[in-house]
Amino acid sequence: MINRNPQLDAHGVLQHLLTTEGLPASILLQILDTAESFVGVTERDVKKIPLLRGKSIFNLFFEPSTRTRTTFEIAAKRLSADVFNLNIAVSAQSKGETLLDTVNNLSAMNADMFVVRHAQSGAAHLIAKHVRSEIHVINAGDGSHAHPTQALLDMFTIRRYKHDFHNLRVAIIGDILHSRVARSQIHALTTLGVPEVRVIAPKTLLPKMVERLGVQVYHDMAKGLKDIDVLMMLRLQNERMQGANLPSPEEYFKYYGLTPEKLSLARRDAIVMHPGPMNRGVEIDSAVADGKQSVILPQVTFGIAVRMAVMSILAGNQV
Amino acid sequence: MKIHIKNGRLIDPKNGIDAVRDVFIAKGKIIAIGMPPDEFQASRIIDAQSFIVCPGLVDLSVRLREPGLEYKATLESEMGAAVAGGVTSFACPPDTDPPLDEPGLVEMLKHRAKNLNQAHVYPIGALTQGLRGERLTEMAELNDAGCIVFGQPDGLLPNLRVLMQAMRYASTFDFSVWLRPQEISLTNDGVAHDGEVATRLGLPTVPVCAETVALSNIILLTKETGVRVHLCRISSAEGLAMIRAAKQQGLPMTCDVTINHIHLSDMDIGFFDSNCHLMPPLRSSGDRDALRNGLLDGTIDAICSDHAPVDEDAKLLPFGLSEIGATGVELLLPLTLKWGMEMRLPMLKVLAKITSDPAEILGIDAGHLSVGSAADICIFDPEHYWKVTSSAILSQGKNTPFLGMELPGGIKYTLVNGHIVYER
Repeated sequence: MINRNPQLDAHGVLQHLLTTEGLPASILLQILDTAESFVGVTERDVKKIPLLRGKSIFNLFFEPSTRTRTTFEIAAKRLSADVFNLNIAVSAQSKGETLLDTVNNLSAMNADMFVVRHAQSGAAHLIAKHVRSEIHVINAGDGSHAHPTQALLDMFTIRRYKHDFHNLRVAIIGDILHSRVARSQIHALTTLGVPEVRVIAPKTLLPKMVERLGVQVYHDMAKGLKDIDVLMMLRLQNERMQGANLPSPEEYFKYYGLTPEKLSLARRDAIVMHPGPMNRGVEIDSAVADGKQSVILPQVTFGIAVRMAVMSILAGNQV
Repeated sequence: MKIHIKNGRLIDPKNGIDAVRDVFIAKGKIIAIGMPPDEFQASRIIDAQSFIVCPGLVDLSVRLREPGLEYKATLESEMGAAVAGGVTSFACPPDTDPPLDEPGLVEMLKHRAKNLNQAHVYPIGALTQGLRGERLTEMAELNDAGCIVFGQPDGLLPNLRVLMQAMRYASTFDFSVWLRPQEISLTNDGVAHDGEVATRLGLPTVPVCAETVALSNIILLTKETGVRVHLCRISSAEGLAMIRAAKQQGLPMTCDVTINHIHLSDMDIGFFDSNCHLMPPLRSSGDRDALRNGLLDGTIDAICSDHAPVDEDAKLLPFGLSEIGATGVELLLPLTLKWGMEMRLPMLKVLAKITSDPAEILGIDAGHLSVGSAADICIFDPEHYWKVTSSAILSQGKNTPFLGMELPGGIKYTLVNGHIVYER
């Protein structure tokens, strides 16, 4: 039995942000437009606005993360919310009762919003299903499933530099199989009307039937990068660099690492993105990461505005 | 107690009967069908007008969770659930805690079950000690204690040398070996079928080749050892094709499928519904359709419930951490009827898959309504539709993908050895 999209209420209004899949373009654009209005705020001397004053936002990180948690924390604070960070020990994860028990306990402390990261796909959906209806859940990454705010900040960045989604060729490069970022990017790109989305990876790092997500599959960087406007690199986890998936980081870098030579195969005005943290010399060469086509640092800046936008829209306070 | 079941539509697949016939029971046995024997005085008359009277159902996989896992379910609760589902004989897998690898444990289970005076329980003996796949169990001793078949359930296949020797040893005594084909090194920590749904949901996968690679080994070892093999819970079209070919070669093989896999596919996982966390995983709709047709052409011999009660907390977890399994013994008849109706099959053929055919696989004298045989009987109303809810299910496990659905087939009476063990 397929239920209604659990992110939307009966009127199609966003209740939770769990994945970019299945959301209409209008909601994605609303988030991007709202984020535009916050970019100015983050550049001001006084960076706080009182939209979420008195609201309690809990960062529930069942998986370690510094960057993502920090950007959510900054976003919440700039909206004047009270932020509480909980780094739940890794060992507690195996006892899953802890997950809903933790959530129930915090709900009892009058939480308004949960930002959740968990190593298991579907964890944010589970929480969203069990919280009181007035509590909103933002998925900050669940297993290999979704990382919607990362994808949205990527869309924001693309729109900033390329202005229109409808005439772009975008390539996502790297470990698609294990990447929640890649999945969320693919859904966001196809929903926003990008006509050609490619994935480039060795066959061991591609999930089955990935073409059903609306992408074209390439195994060869030279062919895959031709005529590309946007390159979205993925992080390769340390534990996957050698073993049954790949023989060595060196071989991976040689065939799939983004070097200036490989970048020259794309369009001359192509931009290079990376969700961070980067493995320099594994998936990306420093000359590219720090080069003039890189928009990796602006991505981080925009990430705060996008997360502010998501929080304010969920709380029903739009600018 | 003498019982007269009158006016019912008697369906007995083994004897090829589908007609309105009365059944007469005395001293635990069926003593006449059709006309009453001389001077028969019934102490109880059951009016089965508009009901179907069929052999008590035989289920090839019901987990009682005893010994060791009583927090999930107890013998009492699950034996009660079985007869409420019309099931009068069932096999229970050895994956208890400790596993059923010692005669004492088996005797205890048989004894406890017998005292409850409900369905007949047939424990599947562990093929290897502790199910660890290293050393053979005392199969002949276990047989004396009550195990009539031996298995290594849930994909824990021993290494190939141990498996071959276990099959050889079992064939010495003409025991059949029950295996679920799954190559564990290809399963890894997979929780869903390797297809579009798992790709979208980012779930680790169990590819079809985990089943076919294991099947290929089992088929070759069956040829080598000559043992009778029963393949538990086939999930894929490709696996099915291999079994079809092996059967055509004359190999002594049978196989079953679960009520879940003939109705559901990976699409039913929806938004991470942990009730659909099953093993083998729900596969594509193409696989499901092949299984439905495989039953029809006889490649698949029987339908089982694969009953696995799970306590509620163990399902209130992210999909990959949630416990595997679904309750099912009370859904065996309804979901088999649903399959039959959707395939437009005669009732005789449909009921064979849960009566005479599984009885033959298990090697027991059950699943038929012959004069002189034990009066294990199921009486149900085929027109009665009921909604699957946690209160409608007697099993301690309430977890099933079919929660909320309306299903056909309401059990009215279940008789075991001529005793009414369930009625409503």
